Amino acid sequence: MTSMKKHVLSVFILLACVAGFTLSASAEDKLKVGFVYISPVGDAGWTYQHDLGRLELEKNLGDKIVTKYIESVPEGPEAERVIRDLAKSGHDLIFTTSFGYMNPTLKVAKMFPKKYFEHSTGYKTTKNVGTYMCRFYEGRYLTGIVAGKMTKSNTLGYVAAFPIPEVIRGINAFTLGAKSVNPDIQVKVIWVNSWFDPGKEREASEALITQGADVITHHTDSTAPTLTAEEKGVYSIAYHSDMSKYGPKAHLTAATHVYGDFYTKTTQAVLDNTWKSDAVWSGIKEGSIELAPMNPVVPADVVALVEKTTKAIADGSFHPFQGPVKDQSGKVVVEAGKSLTDKDLLGMSYYVEGVLGKIPK
Amino acid sequence: MLLKIEPRSEPSKTMKYMSPLIAAILMLISGLIIFTLLGKNPVEAFHAFFIEPVNDLYGIGELFIKASPLMLIGTGLAIGFRASIWNIGAEGQLAVGALFGGYIAIIFNDSNSFFILPLMILAGAAGGIVWASIPAFLKTVFNANEILVSLMLNYVAILLLALLVHGPLRDPDGYGFPQSVLFADSAILPILIEGTRFHAGVLVACAGVVIGWIFLLKSFTGFQIQVAGLAQKAASYAGFQYKKLIWIGLLSGGVTAGIAGVLEIAGPIGQLLPSVSPGYGYAAIIVAFVGRLHPGGIFLSSLLMALLYLGGESGQMNLDLPAAVTGIFQGLLLFYLLAADFLINYRIRITTPQQEAI
Repeated sequence: MTSMKKHVLSVFILLACVAGFTLSASAEDKLKVGFVYISPVGDAGWTYQHDLGRLELEKNLGDKIVTKYIESVPEGPEAERVIRDLAKSGHDLIFTTSFGYMNPTLKVAKMFPKKYFEHSTGYKTTKNVGTYMCRFYEGRYLTGIVAGKMTKSNTLGYVAAFPIPEVIRGINAFTLGAKSVNPDIQVKVIWVNSWFDPGKEREASEALITQGADVITHHTDSTAPTLTAEEKGVYSIAYHSDMSKYGPKAHLTAATHVYGDFYTKTTQAVLDNTWKSDAVWSGIKEGSIELAPMNPVVPADVVALVEKTTKAIADGSFHPFQGPVKDQSGKVVVEAGKSLTDKDLLGMSYYVEGVLGKIPK
Repeated sequence: MLLKIEPRSEPSKTMKYMSPLIAAILMLISGLIIFTLLGKNPVEAFHAFFIEPVNDLYGIGELFIKASPLMLIGTGLAIGFRASIWNIGAEGQLAVGALFGGYIAIIFNDSNSFFILPLMILAGAAGGIVWASIPAFLKTVFNANEILVSLMLNYVAILLLALLVHGPLRDPDGYGFPQSVLFADSAILPILIEGTRFHAGVLVACAGVVIGWIFLLKSFTGFQIQVAGLAQKAASYAGFQYKKLIWIGLLSGGVTAGIAGVLEIAGPIGQLLPSVSPGYGYAAIIVAFVGRLHPGGIFLSSLLMALLYLGGESGQMNLDLPAAVTGIFQGLLLFYLLAADFLINYRIRITTPQQEAI
């Protein structure tokens, strides 16, 4: 009886060891994926969309990977340390999700040539650093159609962050979308010189509404423009995230970014050892740009037009910057029958016809 | 029962120097309670927060990189604070210093001269002086409150830097993105320890602390500053020129903040960005007070403050702690310090109303 007990015990210990070993082995084998965020995750906005992508990645590949995110990392020297610490603590694939992380990411990537880095919205790639960005302008064009149809004053308000090509491209695409359904449209822009400043965004929205804008959109990160539009009884079109709960009456729709698919594919490529440095610029076709559900006040024919245009952009039969496109002075910048190349899009530094004011120099 | 607050006739000198230590210990104890409430093993959390960031040479280098602007600015501010001159504008003075120094680096971007770095540091110091002389001028001539003026000028300086980096100082080949060219090697502070980011600027910062120490505690002007801070009237009866002390008190912060700005852009950043400081100018105020306005204490408190920043990142990475924990620790430290100082200078006496009735 005692020996029997002993046997049982030893087998049990053996089993426990094996179980323990496999458990620890599986934890060790899992690919560690790191994310660096510029702001807290919160419940709407730029970082929130990236974190949705991370969660989807975990859902899709959760048995093979673990993810880790560091939030509120300032651009500059702090970023380099955080990225380096992630690499050093065994993260083989690191996504850095803000433009200002570009040079820090490149510096760390040089120190860790065997690890993979993906930087969002930058323009420098190396052997182990890829970049990725969404074709935000496609969503902008679609929301422009909605705004152009819904405005009564023919004046649209745009709260913008910084005069860099990405933001200017968005303003232009939005304007072209609106003008495609309403040639009399005017777009007024106020620059707040911040990606996230609810106070300034609110002031800018109020100023635009005072100047006659009855649809407000924004290329900033907070819910302030939508909240302001709701209070003042005008419409809003949100950016990054669906912000309908902040303005149930005002919020017409939102141009949102979807990263889950990209994160899953990229991580799978690292797992399969097929990852290659690339500058990915994905849009509606790849499922990276989606519109938030339409407010019921948007008429069915507008919804149908948006859906038709969405399909046309997806199958390549239509490009938001398809000629003829005129700049503010009336000069044709894209001839009929042509559309802008990616290179021209990336360096865009002029307003199209319909935008009021000048780009700050 | 009544609580009465009375000033102590003679606050204990030992306790005055002990209070930062008491505050640090109380902060740690509260931290452990917070970690436990967050469901973390307090020992592990403690390790992740305070040991993990500095358990290798790279980590120690990071600690000094983070601490060096804090100790340098803290020392400069302490000179003013000792004379009761309240310069809250170090953040802006840092930005202008970085702007001046960065401008030198950008216009000499194709030069290999050895003199570029010293020139950048001089330019940074000049930038800090220019910005700090505005509140000094307004205070001495119009008796304008230096706290408000210096604080407001922070916003002006930060926007000025952002404006120029978005415009004329922008990298012409940078697709219009708001950042300057990367500085040439001649404008980058050399790395002193291979494999870390420990750069020569850390030594400049340490030298600044030593100079501040000698100035404040060994020079006659330093003595005047201390007297003026304790009793302004006594100082003027003794013939000390209070206006001169205002200038010194504000410019000392300006010089150190301006140099700290250059050390940041010529050190770990390597270019001009629209924003070059994550709030060092404000954090240095806490550092100066936790360090008892004494350069030696400021050196130590800057290291503690830097460790809190690094620990916050490490806590996120290892334990999924929220980023806000860093701010909580800083707040706790300052709160306990103020409380300890209060209890050193005042005592709370419990009296019973019955006795008073009789």
